[in-house]
Amino acid sequence: MRSCRVATLVSAAAFLASNACAADGKLLLTGGVTGIDGAAGGGLTPWAVTTGYGSEKQASATAFFTRVATRDHGLGIAGVAASCGERFELSFAHQDFATGDTGAALGLPGLHLRQDIVGAKVIVAGDAVLDSDTLVPALALGIEAKRSSSGGLRPTLASLGAHDHGIDLYASATKLFLLRGVLVNLTLRATKANQNGLLGYGGTVSDRVSVEPEISLAWLLRRTLAVGVEYRAKPDKLNPSALGAGLREDDWKDVFVAWAPNKHVSLTLAYVDLGRIVPAVQPRRQTGTYASVQLAY
Amino acid sequence: MQARHLPRLVAAIAIACSAQAALATDPLFDALGGKPGIDALVQDFVPRLVADATIGAFFKDTNLRELKKQLADQLCAVSGGGCTYEGDDMKHAHATMKIAKADFNRMVEVLQDAMDARAIPFADQNRLLARLAPMHRDVITVR
Repeated sequence: MRSCRVATLVSAAAFLASNACAADGKLLLTGGVTGIDGAAGGGLTPWAVTTGYGSEKQASATAFFTRVATRDHGLGIAGVAASCGERFELSFAHQDFATGDTGAALGLPGLHLRQDIVGAKVIVAGDAVLDSDTLVPALALGIEAKRSSSGGLRPTLASLGAHDHGIDLYASATKLFLLRGVLVNLTLRATKANQNGLLGYGGTVSDRVSVEPEISLAWLLRRTLAVGVEYRAKPDKLNPSALGAGLREDDWKDVFVAWAPNKHVSLTLAYVDLGRIVPAVQPRRQTGTYASVQLAY
Repeated sequence: MQARHLPRLVAAIAIACSAQAALATDPLFDALGGKPGIDALVQDFVPRLVADATIGAFFKDTNLRELKKQLADQLCAVSGGGCTYEGDDMKHAHATMKIAKADFNRMVEVLQDAMDARAIPFADQNRLLARLAPMHRDVITVR
């Protein structure tokens, strides 16, 4: 219910904003794609860009759908975002993680872990694209308010000290080295999310936030096409726990290709490695595919 | 070596060095096809600008022949071709127009289209754009 209300609100804001003026003033792909948490950037990490193609004096709205299929799990994500004046961004994302056999092994067959994320980002300085004569990146500050719904696993997570809501704060520095057609992003995220929040926030190890680096590198091959790699470090606050190292988590990484044939649609395909997820039950690494479509207006 | 020969030697080296400098043109200038290539690019680029739905209106009172000459000189100078650009500086040339960042980006896209039409490789396009992009600070008048 709550997530529906938020989604409606963000959608309405996005619709109003996008009707205020046309939103095609940015160069192709310079709004990035939509990441798993709903913010504009790479697939795993937000960048110091705003969603869609609204430039200064313009606004834009985007919607996205992402499907991650690893060896034992599936993650579906959908959301919307709006940007204003190439400075502010609001986003909402809903994640639905199907635990597959892992849930069954825990005595919770059909278990889904769900999470809602409301995000806001502001570009505080710089221009990631046009300041090609300096090394100064664009800088953004962002917040992601997360609430998870872990169904039958909730009592277990609570007993391990994990909360069902948390807040991530991040700072991103993004620079397009136009001369080489290479984009570099570094994000520092203050977070205590377990598996990005799908297993709650904080836990047996500590209830304090950790600062974790996230890196994206992208090469522009053509105006419409980019390839790249990403690495997202994560805290590990449920390791050790009552399950020993059974809830240990790993950093996430991917190799991606993003294609934007025009300013209304982009398609991102990636190979992801989410590391081990609940290795007490399933010790193999969760590698697989990532497919995401973004619609922009 | 006798000291009185030294100035002559220095002069000889200086001449040799400057001749070397004159011979070694900027690879970007060559990639654009030299001055003939830049002239051809501009001949195609300017009509595209004028016809553009977003920014064409900016050029309705422009002397296009003059614009083509100045643009060709400017692109030649910027790409290391040794031309002298004699037009107004970017700030004064655009001061009376209401140019938003979206307009600047649109101009970049039209230039990309023109470079695509001349089959200039994407990497070379970006090398030229990297030298032009900082002009956004003077060209954009509406922030």
